[in-house]
Amino acid sequence: MAPAALLQRLTWLPAVIAEARAETPQARTLVLDVPGWPGHRAGQHVDVRLTAGDGYQAVRSYSLASAPGEQPAITVARVADGEVSPYLVDVARPGDRVEIRGPVGGYFVWEPAMPYRPVLLVGGGSGVVPLRSILRHHRQSADPTPMRLVYSVRAPELVIYREELQAEHLVYTRTTPPGWPRPAGHIDQGLLREVAWPPVDSPLAYVCGPTAFVEHLSGALLDLGYRAGDIRTERYG
Amino acid sequence: MSVISQGFQGRGRRDDRLPPGQYETHDFPVLSAGPTPYISVDEWQFTIDTEDGARHTWSWQDLMALPKSTPHVDIHCVTRWSKFDTDWEGVSLDVLLEDVESAAEYALVSSYGGYTTNLPLEDLLDGKAWIAYAFDGRPLAPEHGGPARLLVPHLYFWKSAKWVRGIRLLDQDEPGFWETAGYHNYGDPWHEQRYWGD
Amino acid sequence: MHVDGNAAAGLLTQVFARDMTGAHGTCGSCGHNGPLAEAVVYGEAAGTVFRCPTCDNVLMTLVEAPGRILARLAGLRWLAVPI
Ligand SMILES: Cc1cc2nc3c(=O)[nH]c(=O)nc-3n(C[C@H](O)[C@H](O)[C@H](O)COP(=O)(O)OP(=O)(O)OC[C@H]3O[C@@H](n4cnc5c(N)ncnc54)[C@H](O)[C@@H]3O)c2cc1C
Ligand SMILES: [Zn+2]
Repeated sequence: MAPAALLQRLTWLPAVIAEARAETPQARTLVLDVPGWPGHRAGQHVDVRLTAGDGYQAVRSYSLASAPGEQPAITVARVADGEVSPYLVDVARPGDRVEIRGPVGGYFVWEPAMPYRPVLLVGGGSGVVPLRSILRHHRQSADPTPMRLVYSVRAPELVIYREELQAEHLVYTRTTPPGWPRPAGHIDQGLLREVAWPPVDSPLAYVCGPTAFVEHLSGALLDLGYRAGDIRTERYG
Repeated sequence: MSVISQGFQGRGRRDDRLPPGQYETHDFPVLSAGPTPYISVDEWQFTIDTEDGARHTWSWQDLMALPKSTPHVDIHCVTRWSKFDTDWEGVSLDVLLEDVESAAEYALVSSYGGYTTNLPLEDLLDGKAWIAYAFDGRPLAPEHGGPARLLVPHLYFWKSAKWVRGIRLLDQDEPGFWETAGYHNYGDPWHEQRYWGD
Repeated sequence: MHVDGNAAAGLLTQVFARDMTGAHGTCGSCGHNGPLAEAVVYGEAAGTVFRCPTCDNVLMTLVEAPGRILARLAGLRWLAVPI
């Protein structure tokens, strides 16, 4: 790591919201202008710090939604009564400023250079954000690794990155699109047995989302025969 | 001051009733340093150990049989939120310490789950501290420290140990979990005693 | 609600001036050895608390005070940092 790049990650960097794009009624992607951005790896996150006019500060983590080489972007889903997410989804406008610490996290990352192993991505709600970065990176680098995403979402209108994820396995937990072959419900053993790479192929799994979702899914993958060391997790809390 | 995020206010509001550096909140944020222990009132017990090794023990029924108080207090968390006019129900430490023979000057409070916090014994006396088992007229929820927590509202709220299980009375001060991690040994919000050296 | 050690990467980087998610720690209580990224982290408390994924022992706490970060490492027996 170059010293300059290292220093970037050590301190809070000023960032300007360059672009705001609604993904769904509840989620918005913010593209950030970060002078001196050192570039990131697929799956990493940033810490975002907001400062109010009276000095009050709040810090939250957000996964990077863009692929390496692209401008840093985050996608935030509104949490009812939340302190930070409603601001980022509803209030912040292009030109507004935040501070960023990152990119960070060397664990929940995927790189094309990894040895050949099929990759299973499992995302719940906004947990799909870093997985989208990984998928985009995988496509852009034309990597031969077999990769598929299982994305658990409450309802059709809440699917983020809709166009990009059309070919992936969507699982609706509350409402499905009309005529959807599977009734609304959580990801279960049966579904995993259908869509997950079999354990004999030594797959690598990336599971991300609310803590309860991640606990449930990593348990289900262990039951399926995945090795604990081959399941990477990113709990959102 | 650093980069200001236009239009961001956070939860807090400023007010004269607030100690320095605090913001008022109407929520009751849940801060946890570890998994929430779930303790049934049947297995719950509370002990006071004196510096001479004498142990006093109360079961849940013993606690319920003691005269109760209903403190109405403001609470101040070191993470900068304060909450006004909170209503509690509990037993004053004056009642619990009444028959305890001790010349100790310090107390080390310990909790189910392993948490500890220390304070001078005199800060537990004279109507300043309670073993609280109800909040807002309802049994104290596990995430807020139920079945019972210590309530010492004149100090930062980390001193009000959740899931309290006992107090050791000591001749020598013994810093607790946050006190050994960088937080102030005493923690007076009005003097903004947050960290070591404040 | 807890998160993974990986979620605390930003704070860890500020303290150790490098990525620490791949550093392996040995629990001082049960001897479990694993990457800090897999520690169980409680970040909503007065500080950031890293616990052992097998025995819940507190491995490390980080407290952000004005102008300094206080790191208590008392629950770790070893910390092996890849170079
Ligand atoms: C490593 C990491 C990466 C993350 N990446 C993203 C991301 O890419 N996109 C994204 O939208 N979020 C992401 N999060 C979650 C994000 O950091 C915040 O927790 C989230 O935005 C809520 O913050 P808030 O201030 O709005 O709510 P808070 O004020 O912190 O919480 C409000 C209330 O909602 C509860 N709550 C908090 N989070 C949730 C939740 N997810 N679901 C239901 N209730 C909740 C809290 O317990 C609290 O009671 C990530 C978290 C981590 C640790
Ligand atoms: Zn351990």
